[in-house]
Amino acid sequence: MTALNSYRTGPDEGGHFGIHGGRFVAETLMPLILQLEAAYKEAKADPAFQAQMASDLVHYVGRPSPLYYAERLTEHLGGAKVYLKREELNHTGSHKVNNVLGQILLARRMGKQRIIAETGAGQHGVATATLCARFGLDCVVYMGAVDVERQKPNVFRMEMLGAKVIPVKSGSSTLKDAMNEALRDWVTNVHDTFYCIGTVAGPHPYPSMVRDFQSIIGRETRAQLQEVEGRGPDSLIAAVGGGSNAIGLFHEFLDDPGVEIYGVEAAGHGIASGAHAASINGGRPGVLHGNRTYLLMDGDGQITEAHSISAGLDYPGIGPEHSWLHDIGRVKYIPCTDKEALEAFQLCSKLEGIIPALESAHAIAKVMDIAPTKPRDHIMVVNLSGRGDKDIFAVAEHLGGQI
Amino acid sequence: MTTRISARFTDLAAQGRPGLVTFITAGDPDTETSLEILRRLPAAGADIIELGVPFTDPMADGPAIQAGGLRALAAGQTLAKTLEMVRAFREGDDATPIVLMGYFNPIYIYGVPRFITDAKAAGVDGLIIVDLPPEEDAELCLPALEAGLDFIRLATPTTDEKRLPTVLAHTAGFVYYVSITGITGSAAPDANAVGTAVARIKQHTALPVAVGFGVRTPAQAAAIAAGADAVVVGSALVEAVRKTLDQDGKATANTVVAVETLVQELAEAVRGVTRQAAE
Repeated sequence: MTALNSYRTGPDEGGHFGIHGGRFVAETLMPLILQLEAAYKEAKADPAFQAQMASDLVHYVGRPSPLYYAERLTEHLGGAKVYLKREELNHTGSHKVNNVLGQILLARRMGKQRIIAETGAGQHGVATATLCARFGLDCVVYMGAVDVERQKPNVFRMEMLGAKVIPVKSGSSTLKDAMNEALRDWVTNVHDTFYCIGTVAGPHPYPSMVRDFQSIIGRETRAQLQEVEGRGPDSLIAAVGGGSNAIGLFHEFLDDPGVEIYGVEAAGHGIASGAHAASINGGRPGVLHGNRTYLLMDGDGQITEAHSISAGLDYPGIGPEHSWLHDIGRVKYIPCTDKEALEAFQLCSKLEGIIPALESAHAIAKVMDIAPTKPRDHIMVVNLSGRGDKDIFAVAEHLGGQI
Repeated sequence: MTTRISARFTDLAAQGRPGLVTFITAGDPDTETSLEILRRLPAAGADIIELGVPFTDPMADGPAIQAGGLRALAAGQTLAKTLEMVRAFREGDDATPIVLMGYFNPIYIYGVPRFITDAKAAGVDGLIIVDLPPEEDAELCLPALEAGLDFIRLATPTTDEKRLPTVLAHTAGFVYYVSITGITGSAAPDANAVGTAVARIKQHTALPVAVGFGVRTPAQAAAIAAGADAVVVGSALVEAVRKTLDQDGKATANTVVAVETLVQELAEAVRGVTRQAAE
């Protein structure tokens, strides 16, 4: 690869980030994907679209989300000054809504009445059901049968919002199977259906489109930090499943040479145990769900099951832009076990009065490792991507209690 | 160059009848039984064989073929074993074309150059890789064509006039028209609409057109075949395997016979469709 002037120009025309990305889909979907790409390009350049997006982000989603100085966490760790980007305060409780708003406005522009989505923990499903209610669209959410069982409150929320939740029993009955089933629905109902993908993965243009919708996180962070500190961050850290909250924070700063960037992968019971969801730390490049990227698989190219305490990170792949950022060394991807995440979940709750989502707790766990090694004038921003209310049952069970 | 696929379609044209393409999943319910089914397909009336390469995440397949793939994987099927099945089949049959159908990842992991060499050596004639549209031709299509393996593309109801030339550009052997917008084994196609679509494709290519997805019964096969060069039946055959398994999912004495019988019935119906030879 030739030396890059910028890390922010990708993907190329075919949707590639280095060797990753692309459009590995059935022919039935190709015309739709090309149509979507054209429609998005047009919308992106349309001031009316941008204006509605900006207005709904303020009045419906509740942006900007605060950038909060975590004083007690900082004191406790005794190193870097830790700021939390409070995405959990968005309407529906996570960063997911930023992307869904963009895609739903696009679907309306394209005249699509029926929206389908996949969901793991249910955060993306809830966000999609919410925006569909807001705009009067039909909503079908595919969710692995195993996840339906472990995320019951979110299933109820989606149904309350008028969405139809379809439990997926094929394969391993988790997020990857929900995505397979959503793709099968899309192939079948191409004429009236818009597939609202929840993360920076899938065929081009999804990875870059979802990134664009999420990158408001990083832009706000830069402005907010400028205001309180008069300068930018020294390091960024975020949990990575598919990687939409992470790329949302990172993208703005990829060309800032001094900024260290860390993506935290779910290491489950540990990489060596084989029971994890760390595609970069424990996988290799392959092709699934429309893109080439790091994946968990066996020697025959069969996709293996991921494991994480967090349903939102329980996916055997990662967005292609992350795979590329790993390959070129711009972002460091580090593993975090279930156990470390659980400790961080409790610490953040007790020290800051903020119950983080288990996904975000993975990022906080690595803040606990890295912040103490940094000087006190080092500014570290962590993406608090979601709130932990949905996780209290799972956490109680792991801590040996019951609610 | 005359390939097994072009020779077979020339032969079908001379006979003045459409062909029957049968799909089975390699290794379902186990490699041995699957090989025995494969060996009997030509005599039962299959003109071309599509051999499904199992994959954990077959995003274009319906429940029947999904389940068949998982049965094969549970029994230990691998891409290497599938190629070995083809090699074994070729010992007794050098005429019936075999097309591997599946998804890209197992091939990508096997290694594209190594796969092309081994597939050629085993006696594979063509490839249908569902998740490799023309936009990704550099991955496998172009090197496969260069090595003399036919790369068979899917054309679908969403492939419009503008896109059709792109889809046909690097297609060889035949064109596979997907008769419905949907997954394998779902809604039954409308024979009239299929005939119109085939005629539309033929305005753009001299290649034969085979039609599949959703064709289950001998009567449906005959109706679809009437408007095409060949008809593909898959899910119904994979279902025939499933229905004969014992409660542990193992093959029984009926497994091979059930598939053989259904292929005979399908072939009889398809062969009943005659048209003017050598148009």
